[in-house]
Amino acid sequence: MPSGGRRSRAPVPPFATVLEQHGRVLLRFCISQAGPDRGEDVFQETMISALRAYDTLKDPDAVRSWLFSIAARKAIDSHRAVGRAPVPVDDVDVIRSAVSGGDPANAAGGEIWRDVARLPDKQRQAVGLRFIADLSHREIAIVMGTSEAAARRNVFEAVRRLREDLTDAVR
Amino acid sequence: MTPTDPDTEAIEHRLAAGRELDVEPSWRRLTDALVQRAAAEDLLDVAVERHESPFGALMLAATREGVVRLGFPDEADGFLDELARLVSGRVMRAPRPSLAAARHQLDQYFDRGRTRFDVPLDWRLTRGFRREVLTVTSAIPYGRTLSYAEVAACAGSPRAWRAAGTALATNPLPILVPCHRVLRGSGQIGPYRGGTEVKRRLLSLEAGGTADQGA
Repeated sequence: MPSGGRRSRAPVPPFATVLEQHGRVLLRFCISQAGPDRGEDVFQETMISALRAYDTLKDPDAVRSWLFSIAARKAIDSHRAVGRAPVPVDDVDVIRSAVSGGDPANAAGGEIWRDVARLPDKQRQAVGLRFIADLSHREIAIVMGTSEAAARRNVFEAVRRLREDLTDAVR
Repeated sequence: MTPTDPDTEAIEHRLAAGRELDVEPSWRRLTDALVQRAAAEDLLDVAVERHESPFGALMLAATREGVVRLGFPDEADGFLDELARLVSGRVMRAPRPSLAAARHQLDQYFDRGRTRFDVPLDWRLTRGFRREVLTVTSAIPYGRTLSYAEVAACAGSPRAWRAAGTALATNPLPILVPCHRVLRGSGQIGPYRGGTEVKRRLLSLEAGGTADQGA
């Protein structure tokens, strides 16, 4: 437990509050990147890493971007671990049923995440950060360590590809 | 191209629908597992639990060393922030053996089944003369009282009764360290962190009454 130099820094929020404020959207992001089961593991790994490194958080206002950058890294690790295997159908069904809210008319909305899973790492992350976490392009850039223009491009390219995938599927 | 081509807006709409993903069904299980793992990996600097009492929900916090803070209901809002500021940011709502012991003994105390507390305490939130005053206070037996001046004298500074008052008013461990047993010299009840009414009820409990309101 640190005791020296504590007063010279802006106080960090209690971790319990961080978990309460950002935990659920972080979990949704992890699920969007790795599917429901592995997503929960990614979430767990992210939170343990964050807790372990909590002393090193320099700017308490940046806690959200800091958490998402850890999660993005952990999701990539998880993605690599399973190789290029497609997301199991069960996983997709869980997302689909959650997203559609049981309305068959919207059921296709969930299927899109199977295509998201096949996107290149950066595009998959950008899509999750933009549409699940609802981050601005500016914050996506901070999380991914890119320029804002690159963040915008990653989101754009991802959406373009998904549109092509769906077009192919229809055809 | 077929006429059913989904346009960009529709794609974005589908993606954004993922925000509605309901994680509540698994939230409790996940956070419980997280807390367990944090404890197992020794990452839990401060564990916090709420505890129902005759005075409303108390807040209890413990470090690895022992119970570090007890808060009355009106202190609940800033409780976690205070601990993050003064002890460590690694604060989580979690059980801990010292908290379980304190909660059990508090229940017994409120039921008049216990006259002294036997739980490890972490004194880090008080120091110097204030700590001396609280150490003296912790030795006042159940049902007995001292004056501010007497406590100051026992702490080695007979004329520092005002400073003794401050020490008692900022006691981080009320009830467990029984600052309610210190009264004004005049016999008036004096101020209390949890409010004068709580102090009066604690004294009434120890005098053979109950902690209930209007006892």
